[in-house]
Amino acid sequence: MEFDPVLLARLQFAFTIIFHIIFPSFTIGLSAYIATLGALWLRSGNERYQHLMRFWTKIFAVSFAMGVVSGIVLSYQFGTNWSRFSVATGNVLGPLLGYEVLAAFFLEATFLGVLLFGIDRVPPWLYVLSAAVVATGTAISAFWILSANSWMQTPAGYELKDGVAYPTDWLAVVFNPSFPYRFAHMLNAAYLTTGFVVLAVGARYVIAGRHIEDGRLMLRMAIALTAILAPLQLAIGDQHGLNTLAHQPIKIAAMEAHWDGSKPGDFHIFAWPDEQAGVNRFELSIPKGASLILTHQMNGLFPGLNSVPASERPPVKIVFFAFRIMLAIGLFMIAAALLGAFLWWRGSLFTTRWYLRAMAQCWWLGFVAVIAGWVVTESGRQPWIVQGIMRTADATSPVPGATIAGTLALFVLAYGVVFWFGITYINRLIAQGPQEPAATESGHFSRRPFSAAHR
Amino acid sequence: MEWYLPVIWAGVIGTAIAMYVILDGFDLGIGILFPFTRSESERDQMMRSIAPFWDGNETWLVLGGAGLLVAFPRAYAVIMPAFYLPVIVMLLALVFRGIAFEFRIVSRSKSKWNVAFVIGSTLAALAQGVILGGMIEGIPVRDGAYAGGSFHWATPFAIVCGVALIAGYALLGATWLVMKTEGPVAERARRQSKILLLAMLGFMAAVSLWTPLAEPRIAARWFSAPNIYFLWPVPVVTALTAFACWRWIEQRRDVPPFLAAIALFMLGYFGLVISNFPYLVPPSLTVWDTAAAPASQIFMLFGTLLLLPFVLGYVAFIYWLFRGKVREGESYH
Repeated sequence: MEFDPVLLARLQFAFTIIFHIIFPSFTIGLSAYIATLGALWLRSGNERYQHLMRFWTKIFAVSFAMGVVSGIVLSYQFGTNWSRFSVATGNVLGPLLGYEVLAAFFLEATFLGVLLFGIDRVPPWLYVLSAAVVATGTAISAFWILSANSWMQTPAGYELKDGVAYPTDWLAVVFNPSFPYRFAHMLNAAYLTTGFVVLAVGARYVIAGRHIEDGRLMLRMAIALTAILAPLQLAIGDQHGLNTLAHQPIKIAAMEAHWDGSKPGDFHIFAWPDEQAGVNRFELSIPKGASLILTHQMNGLFPGLNSVPASERPPVKIVFFAFRIMLAIGLFMIAAALLGAFLWWRGSLFTTRWYLRAMAQCWWLGFVAVIAGWVVTESGRQPWIVQGIMRTADATSPVPGATIAGTLALFVLAYGVVFWFGITYINRLIAQGPQEPAATESGHFSRRPFSAAHR
Repeated sequence: MEWYLPVIWAGVIGTAIAMYVILDGFDLGIGILFPFTRSESERDQMMRSIAPFWDGNETWLVLGGAGLLVAFPRAYAVIMPAFYLPVIVMLLALVFRGIAFEFRIVSRSKSKWNVAFVIGSTLAALAQGVILGGMIEGIPVRDGAYAGGSFHWATPFAIVCGVALIAGYALLGATWLVMKTEGPVAERARRQSKILLLAMLGFMAAVSLWTPLAEPRIAARWFSAPNIYFLWPVPVVTALTAFACWRWIEQRRDVPPFLAAIALFMLGYFGLVISNFPYLVPPSLTVWDTAAAPASQIFMLFGTLLLLPFVLGYVAFIYWLFRGKVREGESYH
């Protein structure tokens, strides 16, 4: 049996990185939420914030552990599966990853120890500060890894000698053209993802009539956050799209399944791109919609897929449909968040049961949108691993396909087990709910912020 | 610059690997020693002694991997494919032992995550030892790329190194428990420390005899004049350290046996550096052959000098914060 090492290496990387990104998408936002709860606790002295903080910290611990261990795998896969890529780009990408480790990973890992085990040993301000440091660490980590990824999309600040990239301008490398947009888009996506998880958990408690005050607080905080960030994400995404059009026009053409660049692009609500014939089947479209979005003009033109040979195109169906999934979820999130804000304003947020029931089921939206978005940008870059510098097919290690297939099977098996138990345990923690503070249920809690720290 | 930058970087990465071996060594060692108690509360106590630290400890491994990519991309690109299977086994083993810390608390039955913790810790140590042994034996390279098969690393020597590292990490773990726990856990660890110390000495002696016999370049490095005049203290100091470690365990001291175990590791590590420097991929590629562009090494060196002191500072802080002994029954979340 013949194994295609390139395809298998890509499958293995896609699998391990999709598994990994689930956890940062959640923990970047959750650590910020935990730190926010801590700050509110210190400011108000309301113990409800502190026990919510500890509740979410338990869930954070389980998620973060899965993120850490699946992340270590990735830092070695550049070498195991993509050694020629490592040689060609190590001079440029290596330091970006190095900065991520030194500036972020140690920070997160160390202060997580304080957050998980230190409540009896440090004063409250330091406990809360540790949560803030963990949150900052996750954001710094996102900064560097997105800088590295963006450089693979829009390389800058380098020169090529014998197929190896040498840095010439580090500022240009780090702040390469697509980086600010991708960083803002991903960071916002992580906060939104967490916002919808908190929203769903809050809704679940309010419906069930358990932990009602906690659930209401979660609902209010989540809606306040998502009602701002979900519309903001549309604006960021729009700008990101314009940036991609400027630097990777064929990726945009694939996202819109736009074949003929001599005509304005329609926005296809649905289509079945026929990659052999170079046309779409079963189109349901808004005429000139894509032109309006991308050029902000009805008759604006942008390159079509037919402007390059088939070998230079990304897999159109994958990019096209993944983009639609992300967009649909994004639009749904905006509607859901604004509707929630409206109900809150009307004073009926906690009694509109159909809304709460719907929201209780929406915890997964952000995760799927994040994964779909990454599929768009990574598949959309193909056939390049680094746009214009190195093709994916030239980037692999000298490792036989059968070996990669075997380890891929191991990864699927191992991650499947880990994921199944991880989800089970997170659900169990959510089902248990926060431990009610010792004070009465009527909402009068201790005003002394330090009372909880030394018990 | 062209000459000394790679040497500085070899020092930085060597330090990161040493930090990793010591720090994750003792917490992998706890996993290796896990099966030798039947009491769940003793296991809790063992786990509690490392729970605040393990994540930070493992970050040194990421720094080692990323550092190799930063400073020596051509070595990274040879070593990873050469040890493809052991590296992936190690990573998967670390996955299972890492999640065991958190899953064990939430799970209704601790036993399955105890098993994951034991197997994960032991396999990770074995795989790391195998990689080390394989490195010493040398990696076939053609045109700057790995030129061997998927199982080139699978030699008796590499397997012996793997078992040796299991014993070594267990020694670090046992002496850590002597230092950080009390009661039955510490008593058992004291007994285990002595056995493991002997085992580790045996393995060190075996590797020290085996490598110069099998590899002429290593024999030449140690036994030719004038090197031998400078190098003879290494085995002598090793023997003295081992003797001191034994005495301190006998004297029921808490901290010194752990420090002596670390010193033993560092001496062994130093011996391997002497045997192999300046080869990063023995026997063909040196630190200079595989170095990244000077601009990259300088950029990252700047970041390292800026950030590493902070890292060391707060790593020290967290060990200070969780100083003292973990008592039996002390909760761990």
